[in-house]
Amino acid sequence: MADAIADTRRLFTKPQNLNDAYGPPSNFLEIDVSNPETVGVGRGRYTTYEVRLKTNLPIFKLKESCVRRRYSDFEWLRAELERESKVVVPPLPGKALFRQLPFRGDDGIFDDSFIEERRQGLEQFLNKVAGHPLAQNERCLHMFLQDESVDKNYTPSKIRQA
Amino acid sequence: MSFFGFGQSADIDIVLNDAETRKKAEHKSEDGRKDKYFLFYDGETVSGKVNVTLKYPGKRLEHNGIKIEFVGQIELYYDRGNHHEFVSLVKDLARPGELTQSQTFDFEFTHVEKPYESYTGQNVKLRYFLRATVSRRLNDISKELDIVVHTLSTYPELNSSIKMEVGIEDCLHIEFEYNKSKYHLKDVIVGKIYFLLVRIKIRHMEIDIIKRETTGTGPNVYHENDTIAKYEIMDGAPVRGESIPIRLFLAGYEMTPTMRDINKKFSVRYYLNLVLIDEEERRYFKQQEITLWRKGDIVRKSMSHQAAIASQRFEGSSHPEKRAHTSPLCSECMCRDSAKTSA
Repeated sequence: MADAIADTRRLFTKPQNLNDAYGPPSNFLEIDVSNPETVGVGRGRYTTYEVRLKTNLPIFKLKESCVRRRYSDFEWLRAELERESKVVVPPLPGKALFRQLPFRGDDGIFDDSFIEERRQGLEQFLNKVAGHPLAQNERCLHMFLQDESVDKNYTPSKIRQA
Repeated sequence: MSFFGFGQSADIDIVLNDAETRKKAEHKSEDGRKDKYFLFYDGETVSGKVNVTLKYPGKRLEHNGIKIEFVGQIELYYDRGNHHEFVSLVKDLARPGELTQSQTFDFEFTHVEKPYESYTGQNVKLRYFLRATVSRRLNDISKELDIVVHTLSTYPELNSSIKMEVGIEDCLHIEFEYNKSKYHLKDVIVGKIYFLLVRIKIRHMEIDIIKRETTGTGPNVYHENDTIAKYEIMDGAPVRGESIPIRLFLAGYEMTPTMRDINKKFSVRYYLNLVLIDEEERRYFKQQEITLWRKGDIVRKSMSHQAAIASQRFEGSSHPEKRAHTSPLCSECMCRDSAKTSA
């Protein structure tokens, strides 16, 4: 057969619905970790962070939510996800145990720059995890992000959509 | 070569009769070097002359016979000692005796069957060569001439498109389509990716061509994957209803025809890997096999009748999925038991 020029014309495509093209995308998910506040007195002090979520994904019950969480809540979430899901969970920002030792020149774990570093790491962690299709099926993630408080005695389960 | 430095020796030279007119083809050797060799097709006759030139004129060369062989063999790198010969022809050129002067011998292997294409891969090599041997009591003198064989096919009668819907439930649904399931080596892959549901943040999409060389049988099967090409088809975030075109020219890549279970020793198969990457570097992919075949050049007058018949043979059939059905899309990067690395 003689060398024919290959037909490289595009395959037929359906024209896109203008609402789909210019409307809000179906993948809107924004998570911010902000407003660190140190609560308590003396050795019982700890820092909480505001976790604010905005989304249009149907898997999230609330399209907007705002909760306060502390570092150990994040650790709990990470452990739950590792155990319950097949996701390779990204690391949290460091525990910084050395900062909890006495006789430091700075404020230890309540140092402003440390809290800011940690805040950024926690925000990155949540954005990575909340966007994962498999992690989105875990009850623990939704409880962490949208329930008033984290119930560590909960029963782990998967979210099923109707 | 002799022990006492006085013995006679000879140089052997193999020359093909059609060396002037026959085309040469480039072929990569094991160490990656590209050399040119005479190109043959199935059914063609291999004929030529063997020149035996005495090193020391005037001295006799005693020998136990002179012969020429045409060999097609498969060599597995992990088992170098064992050559699997699938073609082995021999012609005796001279009975045991002696040569008093340099001599030329004619030979012809008529309409030789060359069922497989020459292939040099990561773990296996298939080659054809002529070997002329002057047998002697202590050590033989021999010379090899490698040739390259290409297997040709004609346009397949049946060449349906590949069209499939894949995705992750409630997260990502796409329909991909490739215009054919069998492509020749200078063909163009024309296709499209249509987004039905996009609930993840995609930032990039590419098509990779993967070559998989399989050697061994049963429990000792070994796959060697090699990514031949990575071709970006989308940069940015798609939404529902969007259609991304694909136009991938194969001529720019070094590929061989698909080889299935060659002499029950090895296979070389090609896959298109559609890869989507999201904002957090997670990779979602769907692999699909395609069949590659070698198209013959415009038939030239010098092509022998046998070779023309041989080029009518068909590449093996594949079973393209014509019906659209949803099958799972693999999400790899954050899955604990996946050991794949992103490129």
